[in-house]
Amino acid sequence: MKPPPFDYLAADCVEAAVQALAGAGGDGKLIAGGQSLMPMLNFRLLRPSILIDINRIPDLAYIRDDGNEICIGPLARHRMLETSDVIARQFPVLHEAMGYVAHLAIRNRGTIGGSLSHADPAAELPMMSLLLDACLVVQSLSGRRTITARDFFLGALTTALEEGDMLVEVRLPKLPKGTGWAFEEVARRSGDFALASVAVIIGSDGDRISDLRIGMMGIGETPMRALDAERILTGQRYSEATVTAAVEAIRAAVEPNTDLHASAEYRRHLVGVLAQQALARAWARLREATQ
Amino acid sequence: MTEPVIVRVNVNGVEYARRVEPRLLLSDFLRNDLGLTGTHVGCEHGVCGACTVLVNGDSVRSCLLLAIQLDGAKVETVEGLGTAQALHSVQKAFHEHHALQCGFCTPGMLMTTIDLLRKSPLANDEDIREGLSGNLCRCTGYQNIVRAVRQAADQLNTLATDEAIS
Repeated sequence: MKPPPFDYLAADCVEAAVQALAGAGGDGKLIAGGQSLMPMLNFRLLRPSILIDINRIPDLAYIRDDGNEICIGPLARHRMLETSDVIARQFPVLHEAMGYVAHLAIRNRGTIGGSLSHADPAAELPMMSLLLDACLVVQSLSGRRTITARDFFLGALTTALEEGDMLVEVRLPKLPKGTGWAFEEVARRSGDFALASVAVIIGSDGDRISDLRIGMMGIGETPMRALDAERILTGQRYSEATVTAAVEAIRAAVEPNTDLHASAEYRRHLVGVLAQQALARAWARLREATQ
Repeated sequence: MTEPVIVRVNVNGVEYARRVEPRLLLSDFLRNDLGLTGTHVGCEHGVCGACTVLVNGDSVRSCLLLAIQLDGAKVETVEGLGTAQALHSVQKAFHEHHALQCGFCTPGMLMTTIDLLRKSPLANDEDIREGLSGNLCRCTGYQNIVRAVRQAADQLNTLATDEAIS
C-alpha cells in the first residue's frame, strides 16, 4: 500500500515534460492531480521508472473563451470547472455533471487532463468530452496534433494517446443558444463511480428534434454515443412512442458488465430509464428556452 | 533513482525542511517524519477520507499526494485546529453532539468540514451529507456528525450575518 520507488521530475514546461516522457521509453508516467494514478501506484498496479509532475508548469490551468470554442488547460481542476461561470453559461450540462465527480477533496486536486487520459469507463469527464464533441490537443516530441473525443477512448483505461504523448488542451465547440440539456446519473453513494449515466443535448427545427446527442456511460468499456437512438429521434416530433423506440434501441445497443455493484441486466434497464428521463428533461428545457 | 531531496513545507504555521524519497506519501510524511499523528491513515487509496488535510487552503487526501510535490506549500492538519483546552468551534460542535465514537475518522471529518464551511453555506442537511459523503465513519451512523456540522455552519452563518449588520 505504498508506491514502489521511482525517479521524480517536476517539469517546468510542456517541452521538458514531453522530453522526459520520451526519454523514459514507455516507462514514464505524467502526474497531474494524481487522483487516479496515486491509488494505482499505492496498489502497485503501476511501476513507472519516472514520475513526471506537471503541476509546476505555469499557465496550464485555464478556461478560456476562444470565440467558437471554449479551451480548457489540462491542469484545470474539477473544482475549477465546477465553479467556472464560463462553463456554467456555455455548457450547463457539464456544470451539472461536475457536481457528480467524486468528492470535494478529490475535485480540489483532480484535473480534466488527468481524467481524460486515465479514461475510466465510469468517469463523467470522458463521457462529457464525447457528448460535447471535444477536440483533444496532444503534444509529443514530433509536435502537436488533435484527436477527436470520438477517436480517443479505445477501451477501459485505454486511449489513443501514444507513448510520449501529453494532453495539452481540451477544446469544446460552443452550442447554439437555447440548446436543451440534461444529465442523469445513478450511483450507489453520492460521489461514487456511476452505475449508469446518460446526458443529452437537444435542439429543434420547428417542432421536430434536431442536433440531438445522447451520451452514456457505465454500460461498457468506454463512454458511448447512443447513435441508433439519436437516428430514431432526429427529425421526429417529440412523443412517447418515439422516445420508447429510442430507449429500446439503447437497451439493445449497450453491453454492460456485471460486477460487485450491479448486474448487467440491471444496468441495461437503468440506462433506459435514465435516457427516458434525460430526454424528457432536455426537451422541456429546450421548449422553455425557445418559448 | 532520484536521491532523497529536501522539501520545505509550512505545516500549521511551522516551517519544516526534511529530506524525502520521491515515493513518500504526504500522509506518511506528516505522521512519520513530522510526528503529526493526528492525521489518520485508513485505506491509502483515497476512498475513506480519514487522511484529509488542507493544502494551500483546499481539502485533499494526503495519501494521494507525494511529500516531494509540496515544496513551498502550506499544509493544515487537525493539530492546527485547537487544543484540548481550547477546542476549535468545529471540534466543540463534534464534542457537544457526540459526533465520534472511536475517533478514527474524526480528523478527516473535521478537516473536510473546515473546507466545506469555507466554500459552501451548507444551507440544509442534504448539503452536509453530500459534502461529507467522501468520509467514511463505521461507528456513528453519521446522524450526530451531521448535527455537529449543522451547529458549526449555523454559528458561522450567524456570525457572518452579525458582521454584515454591524
